[in-house]
Parts: sequence; C-alpha cells; structure tokens
Amino acid sequence: MDLYLPIANMSVNGLVIVALGLFVGLLSGMFGVGGGFLTTPLLIIYGIPPTVAAASSASQVTGASVSGVFAHLQRRGVDFQMGGLMVAGGFVGSGVGAWIFRILQRTGQIDTVIAVIYVLMLGWIGSTMARESIQYILAARGGAPPPARKRRHHPLVAALPLRMRFYRSGLYISPLAPLLLGFGVGILTILLGVGGGFILVPAMIYLLGMATQVVVGTSLFQTLFVTAWATMVHATTTKAVDIVLAVLLLIGSVTGAQLGARFAARVKPEYLRLALAVLVLLVGLRIAIGLGWRPDEIYSVELS
Amino acid sequence: MKVRGAVALAVAPLLMGQAKPASKPVLVPDVSQRQIEIAYSFTGADLLLFGAILYPGGRLPDDDAPTDIVVVVKGPTQSILVREKEKIAGIWVNASRLRYRSAPSFYGMVSSRPIDQVVDGRTRAIYELGLDSLQLSPASSAAQDEQDRFARGLVDLKRRSGLYYEQPNAVEISDGVLYRARVNIPARVPVGRFTAETFLIRDRHVLAVATRDIDIRKSGFERFVARSAQRSSIAYGLVAVALSVLFGWGAGYIARRV
Repeated sequence: MDLYLPIANMSVNGLVIVALGLFVGLLSGMFGVGGGFLTTPLLIIYGIPPTVAAASSASQVTGASVSGVFAHLQRRGVDFQMGGLMVAGGFVGSGVGAWIFRILQRTGQIDTVIAVIYVLMLGWIGSTMARESIQYILAARGGAPPPARKRRHHPLVAALPLRMRFYRSGLYISPLAPLLLGFGVGILTILLGVGGGFILVPAMIYLLGMATQVVVGTSLFQTLFVTAWATMVHATTTKAVDIVLAVLLLIGSVTGAQLGARFAARVKPEYLRLALAVLVLLVGLRIAIGLGWRPDEIYSVELS
Repeated sequence: MKVRGAVALAVAPLLMGQAKPASKPVLVPDVSQRQIEIAYSFTGADLLLFGAILYPGGRLPDDDAPTDIVVVVKGPTQSILVREKEKIAGIWVNASRLRYRSAPSFYGMVSSRPIDQVVDGRTRAIYELGLDSLQLSPASSAAQDEQDRFARGLVDLKRRSGLYYEQPNAVEISDGVLYRARVNIPARVPVGRFTAETFLIRDRHVLAVATRDIDIRKSGFERFVARSAQRSSIAYGLVAVALSVLFGWGAGYIARRV
C-alpha cells in the first residue's frame, strides 16, 4: 500500500510503517516506555529524513503515553506534584535542547553527538537494569526471599536544599531534583526525538528513589506533556512534522500498546525488566558498532 | 489532442516533401505530461518524451553519419551542503564539507547511444550532458582534487537514490524522423519546475535544441497539508497533538470495552 508523505516528500509502504508502529507499541505497552528510542532510528533506517523522523515520532510517543496515563490515573498511579515539576523542567529543557540542536546542526556534528549520547545512556541504563533483575531472579530461584531493594535516593539528591513532601511518591526531597531531572530529559527529548521514558523510569527509581507504583504513571505523565510540547516546537521551527507519517505510526502503536499491556500483566515483572535491559543493551551496542564501522554513506547532503 | 494536431501539422510538410527554406533541422518535441500532480498514491511518474525531427527540404540527409537524440530532464536547482565523513579517534564523524550554490535536484539523461560515442568531452561540458559533466558550481575555492572528490561523492549518492541517472540506448528513433524516450521521475523529487531538453546530434555536433517545461506540484490533500505546515504552523502542530491524544485515548477506550 503505497502512500505519499507530503512533508517527507517521498512515498512509503503504509503497511510497513503501521507494522513498525505496532512493534514499538507492543514494547511500550509491555515496558511502560514511549518507544521513541526505537522509532526514530528505525524510521531513519527506512529512509525517512532524520529531521522528519525525529519530529514525527514525538507525536507517536504522545499517542502511546495517553492511554497509559489514563490507565494509571484510575489506579492513582500518577504523582501530579512530582510530574508537574518534571514537566516544568522539561519545557525549559526542550528550549535549551532546541538551541543546542541548532548549534550542532550548523557544525554538522548532530548525528555523532546523538549516537554518542545514545551509547552512553543505553549502556548505563541497560547494565544497571540487567544487574538488578539478574540478582533478583537468581535470589528467587535459590528459594531465598528476594532481597528487598533499599529504596533511597541518591546522596546527590539528598544534598539539595529546600525539601518538601511528595506524598504519593513517599519522598521528602528538594523540588529541585525533579525539576533538574525534567530539564535534562527535556534536552534529550528534542535532541534524540524520544520521550525519555527509558531514561526517566530508571532515574526515578535509582536516583530519586520513588515508590515504584507511581513511577511508570508519573513518567508517562511527563512524557505526554513534553512530547506534545516537542511536537509544537518542531511544527513551528523545523516544520518537519509529517502528519500522515504520524497517523500511520499512531494506528500501529496505540493498538500495539494495548496488546502489550495485556501481555505484560501475565509476565513476571523481573523477567520483563531483564528483557527490556537486553533490548536496551542491544540497541546501544548496535549504535556503538555503527560509530566505529565504516558507514555505507561517506557523503551526506542537506539543503542549505 | 491539440498537441498531437500540432505535431501532425508540423510533420505534414515533411511527409509531403514540400521544400522549406531552412538550413538546419528543427526539433518538434513534446511531453506526455506537462503537469505532474502528486497525490496520496504517488510513487513516481513515467514521462514519455517524443517528437519529430524536421529536416530542411523534408529530405533526410543522405550521408551515413548516425543521428542521435539525447533528452535531459532536470529538476529545480537547490543550494546544498555536502559533508564528508572521516574516521577520527576511532569513530566516523563529519569532517570536511563543501557547499554548492545550484545543484540540480534531479537529473535524468537518456540517449540513443552511449553519450561518449555521441559527442566529445567539450560539447558534453557545454551542454552538461552526462553525470560527469555536470556544472555543480561549488561555493568555495576548494582545491581541484577535493572538488572532484566531493562531486563524485554527491553524484554517487544521488545516483543510488535514483535522483541522478543516465541511460544509454533508451531513445528510439523510427525512420530517422520520429523519436521516443521514457524518463522515470522518482517519488522523492522536490516540487517545482522541471525542464526537458532535447538535443539533436549528428556527426558530434549539436544541430538543434528544444526545451519543454514540466510542472510538478502537490495536489489535493497533500498540497493542503504541505501548505498548512508552512503557513499556519501553530494550528498544524495543535492538530498533530490533538490527533495523537485522540488516537491514544480512543484505543484505550476501545480496549476497555472489548
């Protein structure tokens, strides 16, 4: 089914894009991440111009996170206080991200910087998650009760001034911590075209030490607003949001997200976490190899 | 039909053998489509370029020199920046770059024989016949070998994406007077004015040149989307966000019901 994308200026097979959305949606429903970290690279591999890919996959992440947020709202799984601070930080961060994006684009280093950030982030997150879930699974196999992970925030977070109470997260920390976290994720949202869930979820668990039952809901809440904002930023500055591409991705991903969520309910969470860790490490490894490998295209062309 | 009529009229004196006071042959070219509309199912277009060669006096030349037709279709020129990757400290990064003020966004050349058998290098450079004879006008005064390297890289990249190509033996000439050529326009081309130049070449000399314009533009929904994204970007962005919220919410709603 050939469809012409009016902004990307090319024709694509609509079914392939829907299938891609479905695959990413399945993962996002299973793991509670937006999936942008997979959509953007996959679209680029398919031949969509990188700017259009990053701009349009942001709206796919918005769609995928909406249904998640509604589901978590019913379970009171969203900490609005914490989420609101992260969103505020995220708006400022995306402004700074857009500025960094322009500088890097002018010098032509944007692709390399994106790839290096991906490798570092995915490597760190993947290995942390893998270690934790393997320890947990091994302990469970040995018959011993699984070690209760000490839930506490990072010493750096504890050092920040002006503490306040976050009842739903069960925390007494400085509001600066979620603000800064949101700020950092906001920068990455614009730079990488991702929602940031795959960074935010581990950061909320390992850095802030939030209660796990509100982590995914609050992360989706932040992702929803920041990706909606990123779509607006792209629509008004780069003008690279392809609405046809976005709708094709959405059709697949919202369906996949629902299927994934049902599947996730039947699998033990620690195995799910290990699977996500392996996936994250594989994507990181693939990008790392790509950096050192001789690329297919030595030359690249952009309009000026 | 009007076009067909014109060709028939123009060919008529030739067929009737009437003498016309002209010293050089004339080309009467035409295109199957003067306008290509890009709609939702656009996957590229096949242009048929055809026409007649009118010889003075209506008589075909009686020497043995072969007659050749070369058709070049060019897209609107673009100002582009070409970057070259190099391995630095173990990773491949964009190192050097070269800007071109006016590179054609599309270049398709079809000819009745391989171009190097039709004309010499000088003529090719004058009329930009062939991918190695493109006048790419780099905007900086880079060294010649660097310019050549970039030009080769650019042409190679465009060639593999189907935007630049040359095809020998793709023009059919029947009875020495009628010619027919097919040029494929891929879906990836930008919109704008394309030109189709037809060259009549005999004995390594360009005897006649004729040009036709082809407009490629988006139509209907595609045109509306592209225009809204440019002109009312805030509304466009809001619609994109609203659509994604609606899709996500709708899927959740349906899933709860099923």
